[in-house]
Amino acid sequence: MKKIACVRISELFGAIAGREKLYIPADFRGQAQFLPYQESMELTKSLNTARSAKDLFFPQTENLVGFQVKGKEITVEETRDPGEPFVIFGVRACDARSFEILDRVFLADPVDTFYQTRREHGTVVTMSCSHPEETCFCTAFGIDPSEPGGDVSCWIAGEELYLNANTEKGEALLSGLDLLEDADPAALEHTKAAAKAIADKLPLGKLDLTGFDGEHMLELFNRPEWAKLSESCLGCGTCTFVCPTCQCYDIKDFDTGHGVRRFRCWDSCMYSDFTQMSAGQPRVTQVERFRQRFMHKLVYFPSNNEGIYGCVGCGRCLSRCPISMNIVKVAKTLGEGTK
Amino acid sequence: MQEAVKQKAIELLESGKADRVLGWKAGEFFYDLTPAVFTSKEEIEKDFVFSVFSGANLSKYLIKESRKGGKVAAFLKPCDTYSFNQLIKEHRIWKDNVYIVGVACDGMCDIEKIRNAGNKGILSVERDGETLKIDTLYGASTMPRAEALAERCLCCKSRKLVAYDEKLGEDGEVNPDSGRFDKVAELEAMTPDERFEFWRGELSKCIRCNACRDVCPACSCEKCVFDNPNSGVAQKAAVNSFEENLYHIIRAFHVAGRCTDCGECSRVCPQNIPLHLLNRKFIKDINELYGEYQSGADTETKPPLTNFTKEDCEPSIVHERGGKQG
Repeated sequence: MKKIACVRISELFGAIAGREKLYIPADFRGQAQFLPYQESMELTKSLNTARSAKDLFFPQTENLVGFQVKGKEITVEETRDPGEPFVIFGVRACDARSFEILDRVFLADPVDTFYQTRREHGTVVTMSCSHPEETCFCTAFGIDPSEPGGDVSCWIAGEELYLNANTEKGEALLSGLDLLEDADPAALEHTKAAAKAIADKLPLGKLDLTGFDGEHMLELFNRPEWAKLSESCLGCGTCTFVCPTCQCYDIKDFDTGHGVRRFRCWDSCMYSDFTQMSAGQPRVTQVERFRQRFMHKLVYFPSNNEGIYGCVGCGRCLSRCPISMNIVKVAKTLGEGTK
Repeated sequence: MQEAVKQKAIELLESGKADRVLGWKAGEFFYDLTPAVFTSKEEIEKDFVFSVFSGANLSKYLIKESRKGGKVAAFLKPCDTYSFNQLIKEHRIWKDNVYIVGVACDGMCDIEKIRNAGNKGILSVERDGETLKIDTLYGASTMPRAEALAERCLCCKSRKLVAYDEKLGEDGEVNPDSGRFDKVAELEAMTPDERFEFWRGELSKCIRCNACRDVCPACSCEKCVFDNPNSGVAQKAAVNSFEENLYHIIRAFHVAGRCTDCGECSRVCPQNIPLHLLNRKFIKDINELYGEYQSGADTETKPPLTNFTKEDCEPSIVHERGGKQG
């Protein structure tokens, strides 16, 4: 384990940024987001970024391929961003877990090479949570916010930042940073205990998900409560776009006038043209679209992935939904009937 | 007011004046209310909430609710009644199926402001006159209610209920000195480059979730051009950095002269983009170029942009000025 005084954190950022691209959670026009580090940039005081850390591995829009048309000739152009090694600092335990969920989707056969390239290039440095918000419920998914994981985990104890490498990538990052001193892990005991104690008090932290599994799939699918739960849903994409685990995308062609640029962009099951086929949209009203999102996270995903839910309890949808409808309210309403 | 609103909702159902009641439903916390339709006394007693967090404007839901048959009662705050009038004017709500209870309002709170004041892990907020008592995971605190008011309430244009079948509480008056155009005037005073920089920065945060459009009472098209794959402009995300700007500019133009300045667009924006400023610019320009006009103030007046009078300013003036400078 290593450490550095918190007042020297910009030196640490400078040293990392001198070697590879560094992203840190900083404020931009009143919002915390992961930004490329520039000198004198400060860490946000917000617990978490408005958008999740998935942006760095699965960006909202990315070019797939291009086509140039000249007369009757079509040439295929490589428009893929080759990427570069980067470090993302300050990822919370919830977002760090979300990468494992995205890996199950994008790194399973057939491998998504765009995502894979970014995962290989990225070193994830996580940060323990000392002051979670009331909307946090990562503990419901077995996440310990005081052991945030990633390639390197960080804690702030007193006036010092402690860093511990968890993987080879993490070792490589830390070993090249001469300004770090060796540290005694015992110094963190109190900090971790305090973080655990507060995590234990989270009002939604013990969300009961008994019965949300493949065995109850049809029963949950047919529950009449979906109509009531979705009645005031606006059909916007906020919940899906701030979500660290939502992974659906659409592929579109942009007409450049002399060819086509094919790109993919995040899609939302809340949208009226989501998975639209020649026969039409299989989910005709907002009730079905709304149901899709929560069935995916709480039933379909775990039934295909050894019981792992497609939610990490980051709480972004709780604080951002325009009508304050969310996965917790859905789970509690439907959960009543699954016990 | 909470109790009066609740009792009224129960009374409307029991007297048969309404078959359904549209209001705000309690959530996990005191602040996360969800617009909901109530059909029984039990539901209302258990979950109906009217508080400083009943900010959601319920008018737009009446487009669908009024078409469902039976009678629906809705509780509307003063600014919501402007949206309601505008929707009546546009023949979007079937008025005969609607019963409006106007509720006096002295401002709604913004939970983000309470958070930004340094309160983390907020477990409850209670209004005690002009003070908010806040309980958090990390201890208790207080803050003045005025500091937690939503931006749109700090420069409230009118506390007057302009449409209702009956009202609860004493509503107020139109406030001509609300100061709601101050920020627009600031933007007008900028150089074009500074203004461009301001909007490019703000709009660069856009994630195209469409929440601003979906919540907007003026956006009531059956199929939005941005959702129609056959329109040629439907995009789910930016294909270049100008895409999201285009979306917001087109939307602002489309609601010009119809936007009542209810402020829902900025309330729902997950990226805190001050979208209401685009609409207020249009309102300010219309006021200056065609005479004072407040959409939704009544259901009869012809809107300036779809009306012609000899007093209308010449297009050349619109072109040159685009609203008073500085």
